[in-house]
Amino acid sequence: MFGLEAIDLARIQFAFTISFHIIFPAITIGLASYLAVLEGLWLKTEQPVYRDLYHFWSKIFAVNFGMGVVSGLVMAYQFGTNWSAFSDFAGAVTGPLLTYEVLTAFFLEAGFLGVMLFGWNRVGPGLHFFSTLMVAVGTLISTFWILASNSWMQTPQGFEIVDGRVIPVDWLAVIFNPSFPYRLLHMATAAFLATAFFVGASAAWHLLRGRDNPAVRKMLSMAMWMALIVAPVQAVIGDFHGLNTLEHQPAKIAAIEGHWENPPGEATPLILFGWPDMEREETRFKVEIPKLGSLILTHSLDKQVPALKEFPKEDRPNSTIVFWSFRIMVGLGLLMILMGGWALLLRMRGKLFENRAFLNMALWMGPSGLIAILAGWFTTEVGRQPWVVYGLMRTADAASDHSVGHMSLTLILFVVVYFALFGVGLGYMMRLVRKGPVVGEGSQASDGGPGQKRTPSRPLSAASEDMDATDSQTERT
Amino acid sequence: MGIDLSLIWAIIIAFGVMMYVVMDGFDLGIGILFPFIKDKSERDVMMNTVAPVWDGNETWLVLGGAALFGAFPLAYAVVLDALYLPLIFMLLGLIFRGVAFEFRFKAKADKQHIWDKAFIGGSLTATFFQGVTLGAYIDGIPVVNRTYAGAALDWLTPFSLFCGVALIAAYALLGCTWLIMKTEGRLQQHMHDMARPLVFVVLAVTGIVSLWTPLAHAEIAHRWFSLPNLFWFLPVPGLVVLCTWALLRAVRNNANYAPFLLTLTLIFLGYSGLGISLWPNIIPPSVTIWDAASPPQSQAFILVGALFIIPFILMYTAWSYYVFRGKVTAEDGYH
Repeated sequence: MFGLEAIDLARIQFAFTISFHIIFPAITIGLASYLAVLEGLWLKTEQPVYRDLYHFWSKIFAVNFGMGVVSGLVMAYQFGTNWSAFSDFAGAVTGPLLTYEVLTAFFLEAGFLGVMLFGWNRVGPGLHFFSTLMVAVGTLISTFWILASNSWMQTPQGFEIVDGRVIPVDWLAVIFNPSFPYRLLHMATAAFLATAFFVGASAAWHLLRGRDNPAVRKMLSMAMWMALIVAPVQAVIGDFHGLNTLEHQPAKIAAIEGHWENPPGEATPLILFGWPDMEREETRFKVEIPKLGSLILTHSLDKQVPALKEFPKEDRPNSTIVFWSFRIMVGLGLLMILMGGWALLLRMRGKLFENRAFLNMALWMGPSGLIAILAGWFTTEVGRQPWVVYGLMRTADAASDHSVGHMSLTLILFVVVYFALFGVGLGYMMRLVRKGPVVGEGSQASDGGPGQKRTPSRPLSAASEDMDATDSQTERT
Repeated sequence: MGIDLSLIWAIIIAFGVMMYVVMDGFDLGIGILFPFIKDKSERDVMMNTVAPVWDGNETWLVLGGAALFGAFPLAYAVVLDALYLPLIFMLLGLIFRGVAFEFRFKAKADKQHIWDKAFIGGSLTATFFQGVTLGAYIDGIPVVNRTYAGAALDWLTPFSLFCGVALIAAYALLGCTWLIMKTEGRLQQHMHDMARPLVFVVLAVTGIVSLWTPLAHAEIAHRWFSLPNLFWFLPVPGLVVLCTWALLRAVRNNANYAPFLLTLTLIFLGYSGLGISLWPNIIPPSVTIWDAASPPQSQAFILVGALFIIPFILMYTAWSYYVFRGKVTAEDGYH
């Protein structure tokens, strides 16, 4: 298909299914913690606005969670179907980490999700809050395991190789491998930020249409506090993550910087824009600032940053892709910081909820966090190439031996089915968002839930709205 | 080494797959029976009988996959590689069905038929390819140097296709008897009428698979028919005959619970028969659970989590079925 080889198709297929999947867990992680904060504030202040917001977002959380479970089903099998050589080689390490991720997710679903979604006014407020907290913690524990597995593939340690296969010797070393703490912090924070901008955009949408109520205002306000405080923190975490990558995966940094060679005695410039050309071994059309690369990455004005030509050709990641995916991520991050500052200025002037230019910007920034997450993952995963387990196994040796025809067929099927079905799912989520928070929602018990006879208990049944509701139903001010 | 971790994990995974087959079996069966019931409110009732539990049923499939990866990475790699296409088709069928399940309840009446078709199509596709996967697995997977050594379409054999059809019949019977237990009135009567022919179909396909397997595989024939094995294993087919007889009687007497429980027993016996045929191989016909095991420190590491969490999942599962006991009528809404 399009002159691609089976290995390329295998990579595209994995990238496609995991990219689709990651959107849902990222929002799940962020919303779970947001809901815990909302419920905590409701219990503490007893302001109804927090309770209304809790009920509004818990329905969206439920639909999103359901989509995550369904799209995750495929991920549990993709390693074996598409990457069988990798699964055999590294399964003794990555297999157990994935098993723990699944066990944690089930534990959370089995135990606390039902109470959280359906137990309002049925169980005591303390127990309900505890359930929400456990769901939030559970999503973070799931993140913990899956990132331990991914980070180990980036910076493997705590193992030995026996008969050509990885054998774990020290689980603590495996889990807490060098890149893990940075990646975990970076991803969890990214999930929080992505959710904050999603929530902020929802509020902006309602305000732009004149649907103003205390809950909508509170949503925007909370989202922009997050942007103000957490976006700069994320930049700092990202900087540390970058320094860690420089230490353990210098070729990735060279590719991100589009930096090809180090003339003796010359500090590394920072290339702002350009087009890294893998064939010509240079970055064309570049706009650069002298010495800034050294300053950012080595925190000095004379030390050099590793250059791509220092690595054999077959060991270089694709600089064209990671150069740009990295800049998309950083660019969006800078916009987020800007939004936080702008919101603070407007807030001090009392115009946060009226400034249309700002609200429009907030609306457009809605998907920014998710796009930044995808761009970041492309940077770190493409930047790991040509290795699947860094320094140990090449991606080309990791794949199952499927033909181009088979890989094309399954890829097309995945694309069609995912867009059709998850498109409907996302559309339904957007419909719930457009409905907006309802004042007084949640003063009664939710209908359904485990523990009650004859009631629903699946995540998606927490949202009862008609998916083809006409706009007249959503026209509510 | 006192504790055989591989054996423990083989039992856990076999148990998980069993849970999956039994529980997703009847809710896939409901999708298979959907075309035979045209009435909208009866279709609603059918779906409502599994609505509160179906997604929990599917979690066992994810657990099975993840546990196989952790405990037997070689089997995970080779079996999933060899059965690539049927597995992908099965997963796509399950996704279709899962999403249809949710959105059918939320769709307007005039769009519901689209989700009905997705539900039927997804259930049939998932079941058929699950059966094909099973058939190809029994047929055996050649392994050389720890990788799959067969061709891409080796799974496509008359036997595996027949297993696909057989599983559709088996899940239909499970769904049918589940509905007998969970419904009343016209729908239940309809299911009672369908149960009898379905039992005969299931008996026929089970018989064919049971004969075809040893005829095609000498080592499986040897496992069953050599002495003294024959005497040890004779109760299995004996119980199948007894169970079928009791099942037909229960259906004739319009019993409520017995048909489902007896069908479960039948499925369990079939599963045991499969276990007898394949033991101790995890990649038939030659790779054993010990050959495919991950190192003890990996198996022990995940066993800690599994022993803590699986009982919890089981308790929750039992509780949600208990809460949901009794008949479902058109007045109940679970969506």
